[in-house]
Amino acid sequence: MPEQPAHERNQNFLEVNLGLGTEIAKQEALRCLECASPACVEGCPVGVQVKEFVSLILQNRYAEAAAKIREDNVLPAVTGRVCPQEDQCEGACVMGKKFSPLAIGYLERFVADYEQQTGTVNLPQNASPTGKRVAIVGSGPAGLSAAGDLVQKGHAVTVFEALHEIGGVLIYGIPEFRLPKDIVRREVDNLRKMGVEFQTNVVIGQTVTVDELFHEEGYHAVLVATGAGLPQFLNIPGEHLCGVYSANEFLTRVNLMKAYKFPEYDEPVYDCRGKNVAVVGGGNTAMDSIRSALRLGAANAFLVYRRSEAEMPARKEEIKHAKEEGVQFLTLTNPVAFNGDEKGWLKSARCRKMELGPADESGRRRPVPIAGSDYDLPLDMVIIAVGTSGNPLVQSTTPDLKTRPGSYIEADPATLKTSKRGVFAAGDIVTGGATVILAMGAGRKAAKAINEYLTTGVW
Amino acid sequence: MYPIVERRELGKHVVLLRIRAPRIARKQKAGQFVIVRVHDHGERIPLTIAGSDADTITLVIQAIGKTTKLLCALSTGDTILDVVGPLGKPSEVHRYGTVVVIGGGVGTAIAYPTARAMKEAGNEVISIIGGRSRELVILEDEVRAVSNELIVTTDDGSHGRRGLVTNALQEMIDAGRKIDLVLAIGPIPMMKAVAETTRPHGIKTVVSLNPIMVDGTGMCGGCRVLVNGKSQFACVDGPEFDAHQVDFGVLVQRNAMYHHTEKEALRAFDHDPVPDLARAGHVCRLTEQYPEAGSR
Repeated sequence: MPEQPAHERNQNFLEVNLGLGTEIAKQEALRCLECASPACVEGCPVGVQVKEFVSLILQNRYAEAAAKIREDNVLPAVTGRVCPQEDQCEGACVMGKKFSPLAIGYLERFVADYEQQTGTVNLPQNASPTGKRVAIVGSGPAGLSAAGDLVQKGHAVTVFEALHEIGGVLIYGIPEFRLPKDIVRREVDNLRKMGVEFQTNVVIGQTVTVDELFHEEGYHAVLVATGAGLPQFLNIPGEHLCGVYSANEFLTRVNLMKAYKFPEYDEPVYDCRGKNVAVVGGGNTAMDSIRSALRLGAANAFLVYRRSEAEMPARKEEIKHAKEEGVQFLTLTNPVAFNGDEKGWLKSARCRKMELGPADESGRRRPVPIAGSDYDLPLDMVIIAVGTSGNPLVQSTTPDLKTRPGSYIEADPATLKTSKRGVFAAGDIVTGGATVILAMGAGRKAAKAINEYLTTGVW
Repeated sequence: MYPIVERRELGKHVVLLRIRAPRIARKQKAGQFVIVRVHDHGERIPLTIAGSDADTITLVIQAIGKTTKLLCALSTGDTILDVVGPLGKPSEVHRYGTVVVIGGGVGTAIAYPTARAMKEAGNEVISIIGGRSRELVILEDEVRAVSNELIVTTDDGSHGRRGLVTNALQEMIDAGRKIDLVLAIGPIPMMKAVAETTRPHGIKTVVSLNPIMVDGTGMCGGCRVLVNGKSQFACVDGPEFDAHQVDFGVLVQRNAMYHHTEKEALRAFDHDPVPDLARAGHVCRLTEQYPEAGSR
């Protein structure tokens, strides 16, 4: 995959990966072994028909290849960019046992971009209207994927979003340089063309409750896909200092509110120019945050992680990109306090060195503090990216919805039915923070169950 | 799009906007707020709801920073791009007995709906409203109408009693009047002073906090305040908290975090407000009636 050079891209918010050209894409497509029972499809949470779309590339039928993906995946241009393919389709590819696996993600992106750039989008036909109405709460990957499937079955679908723009984490969370917002907008427009209705600025649980969706607004089923949006902090001294951000706040300011274009856009963010910035965490959100800080001009960008690089949950490609761009990795390091000045601004993080002990319940080796290893890391800004929990707004006004600790919603693993008749839940609000594609897979599963419920009336 | 159906000046740099937002109007309760984004380059700011009827909500805005100045410059018929709410928990309205409701400056607009709700719940409501001078005392008649007793104070004595709202409160306490609850909404120093006035007497005191917010739904954590030594999100856990447990120092520090950029944005807006007004779809009557004025 051609990329912007690291020393250039760490100064701008343009996309890092530049996409495959036609010739390279076709060469890559030729490598597909066209297995009789393809492992890649098994490896995909939404079951994209990989063999079929790759063979359409070989026949120069790119738009049809994109349409083939869209049968199972309503956001091909998005997943082609942000899926952890190495754990899914490409991880399952048999060629990967001896050589590098087929670059399925890059090929997916190639046909999706071809479709968007040439405007030859083949949208699937919807079944005739069923007269049933479905409300989807949240416009992130789970909600959008369910909306696409349900509208094709002939149901009237409304997606409610609390923020002013559609896309959930695709808009507020993932930065422009990894997922351009125009790509998300075009995919959302495709869903709109398929008949999905979108309503922004509606906080279900506050503006309208789930019960009101049924009894006053006439919906027949509700899917809660609100994600895991509540930021977790470290709960260490000094977290209220100015300059301490949750990754959600920092990324929302930069991505949704375009603070990187201040003063053209009004929302500000901490001025990172020439400053020492750190992120705490080792996942994709941590990488997105610290690489954004670099682009905002940070002089030193540190990634502070309490385990070693081998345990980092981030995609390999993101780790590689972050290092190339100049992020300094401080692994086996854990902040225990933040120190500030008399005006309440962050000055440093008290860090403790760690070593790896025996494996914990997650199967990863547990980090153990090394006595007497504390030191102060001078910092002007720090971003906390250590995970999220469920947003409780829907649950708190829907008392008959069963929850689990962490404000997650309990749902049947097979049907995603909740404890409340007519209400389903999918994505991070059920599982806790995961990936775009797993949420999309859950959205599809819920859509199938919702369709069955609306058709049969059986709960 | 949320149309402005009424605009009224309540005092110096204080404007009341009535905005058509039927879903929010039907749902809102005293103490809750909305997040507003004026145009597609705008920031999201929280504003507490001052009242509603069937279709509209009322916001009272003091022109301080760029966005509040821009809002105050809009007129009837203009629209606001995004209004979302009602957010936060409503005021806890019960029958406490005697409730003292204190509003400082524009905070009076927010205290007013709670005062009314307290009265309707059967409380004896004593309201104290104040400002630095006469033109900063707002909604006096409205508050009087929902109070058993109203005391007005100004720092300079230009209206009502000379002094601070806390002087009036202290006098009531010294006179031995029974007070079951104090609710204070206004500038941070005022709310802190009220908390210190009631603390020695163990009078339950509630304040409505106004930290910097982005989404208003618990997603960003930017509005975290220190209450009883613990982090709380004002947008979902508040905005009202026990005044005796709030760390006002941290609130002041965090609210100053964007001081620099706020000043820069305001300077640019004061220099030339036209691009922002145009983005907000504002039609200037001056240029409509005197086209030559627009081509300066």
